[in-house]
Amino acid sequence: MFKRTHYIVLGSVALLLLVLLNLPAGAAARLKLAVGGVFLPLFGLSSSAQSFVDRASYDLLPRSVLVSEVRRLEQENVTLRISAAQGADALAENNRLRTQLGALPRGPWKPRLARVVGREPTTWWRTLLIDYGSREGAQVNQAVITPDGLVGRIATVGFSHSQVALIGDAACGVSVLVAETRDQGTIKGPQPTTEAGIVELNTFQNSPQILAGHRVVTSGDGGVFPKGLPVGSVLDTRPASAGLYTTARLRLGANLNRLEEVWVLQP
Amino acid sequence: MNWLSPILLFLVTWLAVYAQSQGTFLRDFLGAPPTLLPALVVYAAFTHGVIVVALLTTLAGLWVDSLSGSRVGVSVPALFALGFLLNTRQHLLLREQRYAQFWLGLAGGIAVPLVTAGILQFTGKDPAFGWFTLRQLIVLGLLNGVACPACFLLFDRLRGMFEYQPADPVPYGMNREMKRGRN
Repeated sequence: MFKRTHYIVLGSVALLLLVLLNLPAGAAARLKLAVGGVFLPLFGLSSSAQSFVDRASYDLLPRSVLVSEVRRLEQENVTLRISAAQGADALAENNRLRTQLGALPRGPWKPRLARVVGREPTTWWRTLLIDYGSREGAQVNQAVITPDGLVGRIATVGFSHSQVALIGDAACGVSVLVAETRDQGTIKGPQPTTEAGIVELNTFQNSPQILAGHRVVTSGDGGVFPKGLPVGSVLDTRPASAGLYTTARLRLGANLNRLEEVWVLQP
Repeated sequence: MNWLSPILLFLVTWLAVYAQSQGTFLRDFLGAPPTLLPALVVYAAFTHGVIVVALLTTLAGLWVDSLSGSRVGVSVPALFALGFLLNTRQHLLLREQRYAQFWLGLAGGIAVPLVTAGILQFTGKDPAFGWFTLRQLIVLGLLNGVACPACFLLFDRLRGMFEYQPADPVPYGMNREMKRGRN
């Protein structure tokens, strides 16, 4: 039925798979990054094309629009500097009090900008690729955010690129709390929905006081995400497991379907 | 130029995997990443030898895994099984017929993700799986069903551009046959 070549090919592929699927996690991750290197020319080409389009669009903008935009940004900059000064003062006070209580002072976040260069090519996970690797200081578990809210965490790090596990993926659990009621819970993956903007939060106990519109932020438990990062807002709630705890549907602050740039928080 | 066809196939597969990880419009519209690998594997299985099929499916699977959250190697078995089975059974299938190509592409588009999901579950991973997966499988099946005849058309045309064309049939007509001897 089969020729000799068929047997040889079948045996070779089976052997290769046996080796690949039994590689230690570290070696498998390194191999993955090495194989992914074949796409670097395409990522580079895509980045160059994007910056060319951006530059061309800037050249086409009328001067009056640019001037008004500069004025708006100047005003926003002044407002933000005042807020930052106020925030820095509060942070210093908070750190003094934490030191007096014997807790470690909380350092300021150092956000670094990264561009989204690729998305998950299968239907099983929620991940994306960013052009921010070990040469820029990327490390596993660094939080990835946008100004609108939490995006996920860095799952694997390559030299020039990293893979981010998004909220709702099996590799990205988040401990959160509801800002208004201080109820704590977790967002675990995989989420039972394909809507990237909606995830489910399970509280640790029945919490009927959680209402639609309440804000959800990271609780800081687990040590991966700093405390206080905005996650989203509650859409609706329902009691789960015969009223033992509450399941709340959240609308994420960050639109995970429309991410182009993200910020990585360096410690 | 026999080497040209496999090179072209590998190049298109490489671009297809990259395209699978790009863009949001088609992804949002389909509700799933637009994967065309099953259609390409069906084409490769019918037009190339088993070694090319094995190399293509192995590389394609590794490329997908390198951009994905999956463990490296997980996507290979389903693609390889599809290519190997069709390659060894190609004499039993109506590979020249467009409807056969459509149904094979459709079957491949559904079977490949399904087998991969089975492997992920078997290896203790926790992929996103639910009723929405059924819709994704149908969409991917239809996409590959349409893409498969398109692959045959496109690659046959490209091959035709670079390979020697078969000579025209001899202009011989039955009515010009000379009968010898007496009737």
